[in-house]
Amino acid sequence: MQNVLAYFSQNGTEFVQMVATHLWLSAVALALATVIAVPLGILGARFRRLDSVSEGVWGTLRIIPSLALLLVLIPVLGTGTLPAVVSLTVLAIPPILINTTTAFKTLPADVLEAAEGMGMPPARELLTVKLPLALPVAFAGFRTATSEVIASAMLAAYIGAGGLGDLIFTGLGLMRTDLLWIGGLSVAALSLAVGALLSLAEARMRRRAGMVAA
Amino acid sequence: MPCEVEFEDVTKRFPGAARPALDHVSLKVEAGEFVTVLGTSGCGKTTMIKCVNRLVEPDSGTIRVEGEDVSAADPARLRQHIGYVIQKVGLFPHMTVGENVATVPRVLKWDKERIQARVDELLALVNLDPKEFAGRYPSQLSGGQQQRVGLARALAADPSLLLMDEPFGAIDAINREALQDELLRIHQGSRKTILFVTHDINEALKLGTRVLVMDAGRVQQFDTPKEICEHPATDFVRSLLRSGEFRLRSAYVEPGEGI
Repeated sequence: MQNVLAYFSQNGTEFVQMVATHLWLSAVALALATVIAVPLGILGARFRRLDSVSEGVWGTLRIIPSLALLLVLIPVLGTGTLPAVVSLTVLAIPPILINTTTAFKTLPADVLEAAEGMGMPPARELLTVKLPLALPVAFAGFRTATSEVIASAMLAAYIGAGGLGDLIFTGLGLMRTDLLWIGGLSVAALSLAVGALLSLAEARMRRRAGMVAA
Repeated sequence: MPCEVEFEDVTKRFPGAARPALDHVSLKVEAGEFVTVLGTSGCGKTTMIKCVNRLVEPDSGTIRVEGEDVSAADPARLRQHIGYVIQKVGLFPHMTVGENVATVPRVLKWDKERIQARVDELLALVNLDPKEFAGRYPSQLSGGQQQRVGLARALAADPSLLLMDEPFGAIDAINREALQDELLRIHQGSRKTILFVTHDINEALKLGTRVLVMDAGRVQQFDTPKEICEHPATDFVRSLLRSGEFRLRSAYVEPGEGI
């Protein structure tokens, strides 16, 4: 315990820096994954063949452990931030993709028939009807992806991308349990805190989408 | 503006179906008529009205609205000028009642004041107090109230033609009667052309200025309620009448005629 307090008093700035790097890596990967997975998911809901292909591809990629993917990427992308972001993006895509497809496949048929029957132009229907109604379910996928990415971003330190993983690997190298504790618990706390925030946001979206009857 | 609808030898067969949903249908609905389309489920009545706003494309034949071939029109623009009401209503659950009603006017880029005034006018027309209901969400309404909003939404851009697909089918008897009466009142006040699909013979006879009886994709009879009751054209019409008989007396009353 004393060690822990001593660590924070001596390395406070360094710790904050690591948390920031950790969150930054996760955020970039999640943003990229969202940009790729949401359009793919929307198209997948419309075209069944694309859906089964992309499900196969991403499903397979998902099975590969993140650490293995990181190591595989070293010869291609080198070390540092880029391969870390790429492998975290790969990790984040499947849950977002699957939930987006599900959300768009399960949109209420009567609502879509009404929108079409009123002559709503397709782009407007997508933006003002389909997206808002699909959002809560798609967002639940984003929430899953976020907790996976924050946990896995620890491994990024292994290839020199920084983040809270640095603490873990230093702790392992120096046999310092206090560093392992600090690193492990910080990642867990970060993941829980972000998860809780996203759950709140999701609940609010569900209310907005009118899915909770008054 | 009153609007006429004409079917000329329209046939539609869905892939894999044993027989056509519409089998060489030809008929003409005059401007301002309230036509109820009556038949058992699967008789083609829903397909028929969906051909009018091109939610279904016929295999052959021509449909004309106000004399214009609908297949030549842009589907979205066509639909913006034809009101459409369905049994499940399909209100946008994430939008308020007011926003729902404003859908088509917004697509048509009306200015804000005009939309606001129109929404209030329409909610009042369907007996929902705008002050109380405009800000509510669909999940906060009863089934009958939801369909009132559905009707208001369909009337928003003042279409001269209204297509209604079993709109009151899922509503309890008391509210259904009230809605039927209000629809009659709206029709009499506006002289819009209405095509109203129902499987309820009493509803068909009560509402329609003419009733279109369909079976197996074919028109069985297209005539006034009085003619249909007094001179059923086919066995199918006769059997329909028998099925509705015990309620018929209360439903069908010719103006100025006692029972």
